[in-house]
Amino acid sequence: MQRIGVFVCHCGSNIAATVDVKKVVEIIKNEPGVVHAEDYQYMCSEAGQAKIIEAVKEHKLTGIVVCSCSPRMHETTFRNAAARAGLNSYMVEIANIREQCSWIHKNIEEATEKAVILARAAVAKVNLNTPLFPGESRVTKRALVIGGGIAGIQTALDIADAGYEVDIVEKTPSIGGRMSQIDKTFPTLDCSACILTPKMVDAAAHKNISIYTYSEVENVSGFVGDFTVDIRKKARSVDMNKCTGCGVCQEKCPSKKTPSEFNRGLSNRSAIYTPFAQAIPNVPVIDREACIKFKTGKCGLCAKVCGAGAIDYEQEDEIVTRKYGAIVVATGFDMIKLDRFDEYAYSQSPDVITSFELERIMNAAGPTKGHLERMSDHKAPKDVVFIQCVGSRCSDERGKPYCSKVCCMYTAKHAMLIRDKYPDVNVTVFYIDVRTPGKNFDEFYRRAVEEYGVHYIKGQVGKVIPQADGSLLVRGVDLIDNRQILKKADMVVLAAAIEPNKDVRKIATMLTASIDTNNFLTEAHPKLRPVESPTAGIFLSGMSQGPKDIPETVAQAGAAAVKVIGLLAKDKLLTNPCTAKSDELLCNGCSQCANVCPYGAISYEEKLINDHGIKETRRVACVNTALCQGCGACTVTCPSGAMDLQGFSNRQIISEVDAICR
Amino acid sequence: MKMTDEYKKEKVIEISGSAPSKCMKCGKCSASCPNFDNMDIKPHQFVSYVLDGRVDELMESVTLFKCLSCMACVERCPRNVKPGKLIDAARQLLIRQKDKNYLLADSVPEMCKDEDVPQQLLVSAFRRYKR
Repeated sequence: MQRIGVFVCHCGSNIAATVDVKKVVEIIKNEPGVVHAEDYQYMCSEAGQAKIIEAVKEHKLTGIVVCSCSPRMHETTFRNAAARAGLNSYMVEIANIREQCSWIHKNIEEATEKAVILARAAVAKVNLNTPLFPGESRVTKRALVIGGGIAGIQTALDIADAGYEVDIVEKTPSIGGRMSQIDKTFPTLDCSACILTPKMVDAAAHKNISIYTYSEVENVSGFVGDFTVDIRKKARSVDMNKCTGCGVCQEKCPSKKTPSEFNRGLSNRSAIYTPFAQAIPNVPVIDREACIKFKTGKCGLCAKVCGAGAIDYEQEDEIVTRKYGAIVVATGFDMIKLDRFDEYAYSQSPDVITSFELERIMNAAGPTKGHLERMSDHKAPKDVVFIQCVGSRCSDERGKPYCSKVCCMYTAKHAMLIRDKYPDVNVTVFYIDVRTPGKNFDEFYRRAVEEYGVHYIKGQVGKVIPQADGSLLVRGVDLIDNRQILKKADMVVLAAAIEPNKDVRKIATMLTASIDTNNFLTEAHPKLRPVESPTAGIFLSGMSQGPKDIPETVAQAGAAAVKVIGLLAKDKLLTNPCTAKSDELLCNGCSQCANVCPYGAISYEEKLINDHGIKETRRVACVNTALCQGCGACTVTCPSGAMDLQGFSNRQIISEVDAICR
Repeated sequence: MKMTDEYKKEKVIEISGSAPSKCMKCGKCSASCPNFDNMDIKPHQFVSYVLDGRVDELMESVTLFKCLSCMACVERCPRNVKPGKLIDAARQLLIRQKDKNYLLADSVPEMCKDEDVPQQLLVSAFRRYKR
């Protein structure tokens, strides 16, 4: 029989205002196994923990129940206190009488009754608890960063500078990501490429960083400290070691009709290409969908002109398998498709563009060499209209319910840049709210209005109507003037909502990392663990976690790196002892547990079993405790009751239910 | 029965199936309205009139007769607020005040003879009750 102590916390008034804690103590004293019960204002405080330690010694306690907040908050605190008192940490159970009781009830009598029931269930469980001992697992001192944008690059650089090896896996032919496509950055208006490319070069030159471009993560297995990852290096058709990056192949390539991903489809690229001039690595890839050689077998011009003999049409995809201790997801973002916003005529007129397309048009290396031009007739526009919140803050299925955060600022930037370079162009911005929280952000927006004469109108646009003369008619509203506005424009720029990269779902599934309803990765705690995924060993960096600008992305990338370094600095990790265990005498070898196990932790072995004197070889389930995450899927699947979860055994759960139903 | 302001507000929300509190005051409804200039109360104002319990003013407005029930505002509203349906509901309330609790499809032709019935109500009614 256990000797159990029950400790009821007031949590100031959080619990005590709704639960009669004295009454809970009086009732719980009579439970079987309980030899001591007391209440205290703050059980988690030094004094509260001292009370627990004192009681363990005085009453020779073998088990502890703390009636307090969620185990997510203070389970570790109380387990450590128990350990200091000489008890096994796993002899502690928490009855959550705050989140699951006092906070959600108003009636004191009912809440007290529920608190007693929750405490009783915990006591029933502790009666069956057994000491458990965490095992150890090794840490592979190398990190994987998925995504080679500014978030991934910064995370990799910070980890590598601390002395650990990092691999970056990037889907496209070059690292650089979205930031490489941006022209200028707010609020300082410095050139995006000028501040990004040095970082790209640093990453490429760093002795601890390996970069896999044109590659994708194909499979992930293992667990924190010991992930095994298959990386598919797609066939580049160009030998990385031989290519000198001279660019002759791209010049001579006769297939030049593929829309350039880098220029958002505003210009065409050749079939053999590097996405942009400063690409790293500066080695082209052959787009086999577009290449005439691959489509018809005839051509081969690039191989003929290549002085280095680097072109290799026979190259095949290669799978590289590497081990990692930690994985950072930095998969970034894209803009939503606008084909469902017919009212803005995006699909009808080439002069209705997204802000990202404008970014390329304004860029000196872009499709118009940096000249502001209409895409239809390449004439300079006289009137440019910006429309904010296209698909952002939208509760219907066409858009996204969240604020995309960066649009207000980049629109002010665009407006300012146009007015600066072309003072005779009229710029109008239709906005719902101008949101500029950030250092020097509101000042920046005000400069656009006050110094650059950008015309801001509070109100939305209802329709953009392409006219026969090639211009656009914009029908909007001025809510301050309570007046509808019909405005002629030559160019309309839509601030389309941003969304996570579409591949994040696939990657999150491979990593068993959770994502929210908008496909953004979920944090372990939205405030206190913002760069960690709830899945151990997975970290979050950049837009894949939520909309953010470049400074925030860089800050978060550094934060994620610190968390990774903290993990890689350890030689061993303690493993959770609450893992599944199979009773070999009961196991009938049906394989159902192995089929449901999401971690591949169960295997079958032929074993010599001594079943009450009868010795025979049977096929039985074996759990790899290093892989088992204690989810319990196998225990509910097992038809013979052989599989049990340590710390959450079937007997313990049933006794809890019995205690609640008593 | 005399209808109180609060009752009318609840009824308008119920009949319209609208959620006026979801409005973020973007004005896309008014920007979409083809008959904006002829209205005294503009589409984006419907929401605050209803939330303030000023349904009477809506029922007495010129807008009630000028809204074309084209539902462009309903279609384009990013928050699914349905301003056009609010006006529709105000029209329904006007009819109900005449001791009629509901509208039967068969009664619509008869109502055409009543000059006080807003034309747009009939348009809406036809739209709603067509097979």
